[in-house]
Amino acid sequence: MAEVEGIYLDNNATTMVDPAIVQEMLPYFTEQFGNPSSMHNFGNKVGLAVKKARKQVQDLLGAEFDSEIIFTSCGTESDSTAILSALKAQPERKEIITTVVEHPAILSLCEYLEKEGYKIHKLHVDEKGRLDLEEYEELLDEKVAIVSVMWANNETGTIFPVEKMAEMANAKGVMFHTDAVQAVGKIPIDLKNSKIDMLSLSGHKLHAPKGIGVLYLRRGVRFRPLLRGGHQERGRRAGTENAASIVALGKATELAGEHMPFENTTVKAMRDRLEQGILAAVPNCFVTGDTENRLPNTANIAFEYIEGEAILMLLNKMGIAASSGSACTSGSLEPSHVMRAMGIPYTAAHGTIRFSFSRYNTMEEVEKVIEAVPPIVAKLRKLSPYWGENGPVAEPEKAFAPVYA
Amino acid sequence: MWDYSETVKEHFYNPRNAGAVEDANGVGDVGSISCGDALRLTLKVDPENDVILDAGFQTFGCGSAIASSSALTEMVKGKTLDEALKISNQDIAEFLGGLPPEKMHCSVMGREALQAAIANYRGEEWVDDHEEGALVCKCFAIDAVMIEDTVRENSLSTVQDVINYTKAGGGCSSCHEAIEEILTKVLAERGEQPDFSQPTEQVVPEKPYAMTNLQRIRRIEMIIESIRPQLQRDKGDVELVDVEGNTVYVNMTGACAGCQLEMQTLGGIQQRLMEDLGEFIRVVPAKMREQAQLAQIQGA
Repeated sequence: MAEVEGIYLDNNATTMVDPAIVQEMLPYFTEQFGNPSSMHNFGNKVGLAVKKARKQVQDLLGAEFDSEIIFTSCGTESDSTAILSALKAQPERKEIITTVVEHPAILSLCEYLEKEGYKIHKLHVDEKGRLDLEEYEELLDEKVAIVSVMWANNETGTIFPVEKMAEMANAKGVMFHTDAVQAVGKIPIDLKNSKIDMLSLSGHKLHAPKGIGVLYLRRGVRFRPLLRGGHQERGRRAGTENAASIVALGKATELAGEHMPFENTTVKAMRDRLEQGILAAVPNCFVTGDTENRLPNTANIAFEYIEGEAILMLLNKMGIAASSGSACTSGSLEPSHVMRAMGIPYTAAHGTIRFSFSRYNTMEEVEKVIEAVPPIVAKLRKLSPYWGENGPVAEPEKAFAPVYA
Repeated sequence: MWDYSETVKEHFYNPRNAGAVEDANGVGDVGSISCGDALRLTLKVDPENDVILDAGFQTFGCGSAIASSSALTEMVKGKTLDEALKISNQDIAEFLGGLPPEKMHCSVMGREALQAAIANYRGEEWVDDHEEGALVCKCFAIDAVMIEDTVRENSLSTVQDVINYTKAGGGCSSCHEAIEEILTKVLAERGEQPDFSQPTEQVVPEKPYAMTNLQRIRRIEMIIESIRPQLQRDKGDVELVDVEGNTVYVNMTGACAGCQLEMQTLGGIQQRLMEDLGEFIRVVPAKMREQAQLAQIQGA
């Protein structure tokens, strides 16, 4: 296997394709080129491979039927399909419940739907990123077309009680969708014993390639396709199947199932060591999110009084890849909506760095990062007007008060 | 990852003049904490001759904010205050070998810190009317506030109007949905219904030359002459230096030189020339050609 250069701690953004998965998918670019819908042998073999992959995904999700698995092009397509389907199928219901910390795949769509006249309720979170289920309970009624709540947050790893929330929605006759792209493969999921109606997953978050996703659709849930056309995916998602990537995703879900205990022991231990090492060596930094209840692979640390993009550039220079919730990394003016929703002050929100692990990281890498981070933070703080000789200036917001703020 | 120039990276990794200058007699604080940029510029000015003896910066911000601050301090040292005030944000960006459109505001912040620090030294009050919105047009780096203000002040009602007045949307056209949204909002304030059924044109029409070189240059000269009175009213001026292909070299003089709006003025002249000649025209300060020629000679 080819050695990847540098230390890759940005696995919530995307993951390396597992070499075993690449091997598995390669024949579907060459000799196995048939259209799975065709009547001849060329097509039939590919059709069987797609069927096997569907079963593999079904197993990881604990779905009751393999026909509940619909292959899509990405997590975003699955999210859009789920929400727009619920609105189309129940035109009399004009409200959606979601949360303030969803991924843009949900939030941007909801903002668009708001302009179209739908009412969007965004559940708030507390300082640790936790939801208030009483607020949720009060909003559930017959006006709501669908609830869409992420299983785990991409920035902090915070896990939401979606199984319980799905039961609450079900009790009020409201459809429930969860964007589980960060959760699948990291925590156990058993859809047949839940009331979750729809679930989105994305291949490239679990070592499959980019461009393949899944929408889980519980049997019997009313559905309207986003793409109409051929009879692929039983008419629920038209378009010739991305066979090679479907095969890859099948293999990826199988491997993810096998590695789940590893994620929750070894990977978690690396994450915990990183946090503990950095927090011990760097003053004025803290972990964001619900540390008691989050994904085993995600650490989000806020470094006060410095800016995230600058940290990332210096980390990158040392071959360390991570990501940030700062405004500058996205080209927008606001820092991460997740950090703002948790009430993290601007002076810390701009300095949040997410380190996200995979099964390919090692403890040796963790120790290197623990060594690299403190001098980087110190260097940038030396440049910061909010930082004095040995710590933040007294009352930073007052000591440095720009003309416009 | 941003496409930063090597100079930006160099100034970020090895910032010059970091930290506050001792015995500073001019301090300028600018920035907006919410968008993650804040800059304090400290100057030590010789009271005898107004020469900037030393400059230092403290910046809370991204890579390009730190690089812009570092560049600024290098650029102002040894200059008199009046010379320093001629530095435009475009000059800072050029010094750094260019900045991505999303990051141009870093150079604007540098220039503003300089104005604030000099005002502080002179005992004047520096008031900034700067408000920045989310970037809408990436081709021409135009933000939402700029578009909205222009739409409101000039009672614009179509995307084509916005293209004509601000250039926003005149490039790749992928921001037209965002421009239509701004128009819809402002039109609603005026109690009007939007109509976006008319097709739009690119800023850069492609028409073959119908004039001889001499006619064309005379035409350019005439257009620039017609713009001069406007600039003179603001105590500025412009002079045509040369025309080379589709590049028109000009000298900005008087209050226009180093004016914060210099690039905007140049853009306006460029817009007028393009509209009139029906071809793509680039208006460039003549000094940039001199710099480029110099660099070429040195390079060879």
